[in-house]
Amino acid sequence: MIHGILQTIAPFVIPVLCGVVIVAIFPLMAGYIVLLERKVMADMQARLGPMRVGPHGLLQPLADAFKLMLKEDIIPTHADWLLFWVAPVISVTMALVAFAALPIGPAFQIADINVGLLFVLGVSSLGIYGITLGGWASNSHYSLLGALRSAAQLVSYETAAVLGLVSALLLAGSLSMKEIVQAQADQGVWFLFVVPVGFFIYFVGSIAETNRAPFDLPEAESELVAGYMTEYSGFRWALYFLAEYANMVVVAAIATTLFLGGWLRPFPGSHQTLPGTSIELLDALPSILFFVVALYSLKLAPKQPVKVQKLVMLLVAGLCALLAAVMAAALFAPDPVKIGIHGAFWFLAKVGAYVYAFLWVRFTFPRYRFDQLMRLGWRFLIPLSLVNVIVVGSAIVVQQNWGWKHPLVSAIVTTLIMLGVAVFLAYDDDKHQAAIQAAGGE
Amino acid sequence: MTADKILFAFFAVLAIASAILMVTRRNIVHGAVFLITTLLATAGIFLQLQAEFLFVVQIILYVGGIMVLFVFVIMLVNLDVSLHMVQFNRQRFVAAALSLALGAQVFFALWAGRNSLRLPGGASLRLPAKNSEAIGDALFRHYMLPFEIASILLLVAMIGAVVMAKRRV
Repeated sequence: MIHGILQTIAPFVIPVLCGVVIVAIFPLMAGYIVLLERKVMADMQARLGPMRVGPHGLLQPLADAFKLMLKEDIIPTHADWLLFWVAPVISVTMALVAFAALPIGPAFQIADINVGLLFVLGVSSLGIYGITLGGWASNSHYSLLGALRSAAQLVSYETAAVLGLVSALLLAGSLSMKEIVQAQADQGVWFLFVVPVGFFIYFVGSIAETNRAPFDLPEAESELVAGYMTEYSGFRWALYFLAEYANMVVVAAIATTLFLGGWLRPFPGSHQTLPGTSIELLDALPSILFFVVALYSLKLAPKQPVKVQKLVMLLVAGLCALLAAVMAAALFAPDPVKIGIHGAFWFLAKVGAYVYAFLWVRFTFPRYRFDQLMRLGWRFLIPLSLVNVIVVGSAIVVQQNWGWKHPLVSAIVTTLIMLGVAVFLAYDDDKHQAAIQAAGGE
Repeated sequence: MTADKILFAFFAVLAIASAILMVTRRNIVHGAVFLITTLLATAGIFLQLQAEFLFVVQIILYVGGIMVLFVFVIMLVNLDVSLHMVQFNRQRFVAAALSLALGAQVFFALWAGRNSLRLPGGASLRLPAKNSEAIGDALFRHYMLPFEIASILLLVAMIGAVVMAKRRV
């Protein structure tokens, strides 16, 4: 009886539970991504970063959250208060809704929609309304200019980014996130290695879409104070930040699914087993990785100057050892559990690597000027991505009809062609700029 | 089945109510927001009809693309002026009479044909499971020529707009 009821309501309850888990955990995760960002930035600039709150600043996100919640929620005079209130909520909601179709491992996906990729793209492109409406409702020139820039930038770079995705879609032949990963498993190669140019275009486009440096024109602090969120304070301001980090994770997850093989481990085509067992060599990689990190932290622990730091290092070592044990135990578990846990590990690891690349780019490149941004988008990335789609499509037709069996051969040929096109576009743009300057500026 | 009906009622009421609000708001940004809600509610109805490709395209193209440009342009307009302008002309009685007549006509047509509105139920309505593939097939196989003509039309419109906007080409 109860079993029957459970079976009827399970399809309704389980997605809701997964959703609640994601919505509950993600703000905390976003807080720690912020901490990580500050730490990475500090490391790249030879500083220590936040160190005061908790050991190594580990409790900084919680302190920040408390501070933001206790701050006064200011509404500017003559602001459109309803839109002003709703705008950050739109941003956050749309970013979090996109999580519904992301496959975090083969076992953990809230909804496997057969137009999953389009759904994620569509919903995450709605987040722009949070920015534009918030900027407009603030009744402030800085905010309005930030919002306008943001809308222009998003419309320009979304085209290029999505055309970059199309090259991987052509290879996958499906819009469902699960089937895209499955196609990479079947072909035995991540699409990154087949269409590297598409990946590059998407990478640049996704940085611009999430308004991150060097494309953070909408919130350029030297020109616009804080852009669209100039007038926001306290918790609403925090919501904008939450949306920004959620969007980062979403674009990272899209790139992971389409180009980096989703939940597949590296070299999905190789099935070398450990001698004497049926365990595949590469499946043991996560536990080995965690184990090495644990040993390294154990080695570092006695060298720490302060007692608290020693304890933290030991704690990290214990945590990594525990994770290594879990990953190792999962190897002997029945298949769905094993694939689920290992898939989640690889997916999150790749998302982490992509987000790290975002931070790396942010601290390496200076900010673009607005006309440079538009030029890069319209005169370089969009033509390049259009040609890329044509070239990759032709390569697939050639491969299917005249049978170059190995996908990497056509990958090398297409990439060489695309590099030629890129050089031509850059040269043409330079000539164009020179012509404009010769004619006395724009 | 009842859940279906409740959802449909929700989307339908949302679409109609925000469509009405869209034309009655004096603030043009609010109008745009209500237009967005209408489009989203329509997308919801598409989804209920198991046309998930249309649902997503509606969101990506109309809500995520065209409306972003609308909002972009609206924000450049001086709102204070447009708030105090007379936005409607004075022929409201003629307009009311005409729309009443039109409404009566539509209602009469529906009433006269009420017995022929039964759709064939059951298995014949099952759609193919992957309707993005089905739409691709239809557009690029069966209706290739009209599709290409439409895209050339759009291309011409686009080039025309660029030529008109640019002072020197």
